[in-house]
Amino acid sequence: MPTRRRALLVIIALLGLALASLLVALASGSVAASLTDVFGALTGSHEGLAVEVIRGLRLPRALAAFACGGLLALAGALMQVLLRNPLADPYILGVSGGAAVGALLAMLAGLALTLINVSAFAGAFAAMLIVFGLAHGDNSWTRVRLLLTGVIVASGSGAVVALILTIAPEARLRGMLFWLMGDAGHASNPWPALLVLAIGLLVSLPFARELNLLARGDTLAHALGVSVRRVKHGVYFLAAMFTAVAVTTAGSIGFIGLVVPHLVRLGLLKLGWGNDQRLLLPASALAGGSLLVLADTLARTVVAPQQLPVGVLTALLGVPVFLFLLGRQRGSRQ
Amino acid sequence: MMSPLLSTERLTVNIGGHRVCDGLDWRVEAGETWAILGKNGAGKSTLLTTVAGLREQDAGEVRIADHALPQSGAGNSPRALARIRGYLAQQQMDPFASTVMETVLVGRHPHLGRWDWESATDRRIAGAALNEVDLAGFATRDVQTLSGGERQRLAVAQLLAQQPQLFLLDEPLTHLDLSHQIAVMELFARRAAGGAAIVAVMHDPGFAARYCDQALLLFGKGEWLAGASAEVITEANLTRLYGHPLRELRSDGQRWFVPC
Repeated sequence: MPTRRRALLVIIALLGLALASLLVALASGSVAASLTDVFGALTGSHEGLAVEVIRGLRLPRALAAFACGGLLALAGALMQVLLRNPLADPYILGVSGGAAVGALLAMLAGLALTLINVSAFAGAFAAMLIVFGLAHGDNSWTRVRLLLTGVIVASGSGAVVALILTIAPEARLRGMLFWLMGDAGHASNPWPALLVLAIGLLVSLPFARELNLLARGDTLAHALGVSVRRVKHGVYFLAAMFTAVAVTTAGSIGFIGLVVPHLVRLGLLKLGWGNDQRLLLPASALAGGSLLVLADTLARTVVAPQQLPVGVLTALLGVPVFLFLLGRQRGSRQ
Repeated sequence: MMSPLLSTERLTVNIGGHRVCDGLDWRVEAGETWAILGKNGAGKSTLLTTVAGLREQDAGEVRIADHALPQSGAGNSPRALARIRGYLAQQQMDPFASTVMETVLVGRHPHLGRWDWESATDRRIAGAALNEVDLAGFATRDVQTLSGGERQRLAVAQLLAQQPQLFLLDEPLTHLDLSHQIAVMELFARRAAGGAAIVAVMHDPGFAARYCDQALLLFGKGEWLAGASAEVITEANLTRLYGHPLRELRSDGQRWFVPC
């Protein structure tokens, strides 16, 4: 039964998971670190190599991974409501494609990391505006039109990305591939993404019940007093912004945006709760963040000193988990 | 005199180059039950969504209580409108899993503030609505596992939980078996007796004659006829309406219409 108290309990449990995942991330790596080192690094009471590594490298990276995972899961949950399609993910409307074109062009030109990020964000923003403009052209803002426009823009970007990869010099290819697969390694400053995540949650939560209605159809939502057009535009821009910020921070990490809202929904269903955005949005953000932190920790430790792009790991782990859950869900229905 | 719950003046509605009604002057008062009858494609649903404020009219005026449609300006919020007017769609969609109870509680949305969660009172109202449509004990079921008729009754329960004064029903009897068709018409008759107004798109003129004291006939090409069922629902009018001869049968004071 959906009550505020039970929702808070779930959120508190997920906050615990988030903290635990961050602690694991801070303690793991090639330089051994004890929990004392971790707390020492956080409180500033210790000195030493482990503390330096934790404060200078692991903490920013873990926080960036958390922010990106949270943003992607949140964007995925919003896109699934907007398109009323459980298979929607943050990248479906071409935002990540635009970001990839921007980032790869900057890499091709050999620009600095900051400029690559700026360029990626500009690309994402451009894709967002193009899709919105085209889908909105004659004022018929329908899901099919939006989806088709997004898919077309995404595949157009895909072609440009392929072109850049073909003409790029050998030496830059590896960086490009890592960017495309998603990699938290180059995320040096986690604060912008964390800030966007916090603001995003604060902005979208007051509309959560309206989103619940929207997920059940425009006509129903309209008949029950939701300003459908305004809310849909807001959801589109929020989801696109979240995606753009996440992709700019850590490249296009796959599967988090699609799988996490589903995992959370399946979990909620076990509690006798359906697709309630009031809980789904914050729970997805926390779960998505925690999962990406854990995946990124694995990515940099599992074949150390070699680092894997975290996007490969999320996909490798996400696919079987998702298929397993889907199979079990079907079994319990029959 | 109180203003009618729904009124139109010189209302013109078109869809896809086809005229649904031309210059419709219509008043629906509290306590009345209206049937909208017409052929497939005559525009019954289009008219219903237009007077519900879900679609803009082409010309003329529509008023729901003291809201002029389409709504504009502040203080004329869609939420306030939703506390007066309820709309039952022809089809229900459930792209995501959800429990029956949550689905009914959706109807409470216009009564809740932005930060409110459903209270015990809301849950009681929702539970009573489920009882009324014979879905007691279904509260924790997943809506995606319901049959067509159960899903339709759930939609009716959601509408009851909304507690509007004006019920706009698009084919409320879709998917329902005979006993539930009667039960649903009777529960709306009770609402009308309690001071609500009902407007229902119907397919069976017998049901319309039995449960609706008023009828609006849409002949296509913009022609319409509105009035008391006893005068409007007749063999001659129905024969013209459906383009097929109908015969009236009487039994136990009820009138039934069968195609010849």
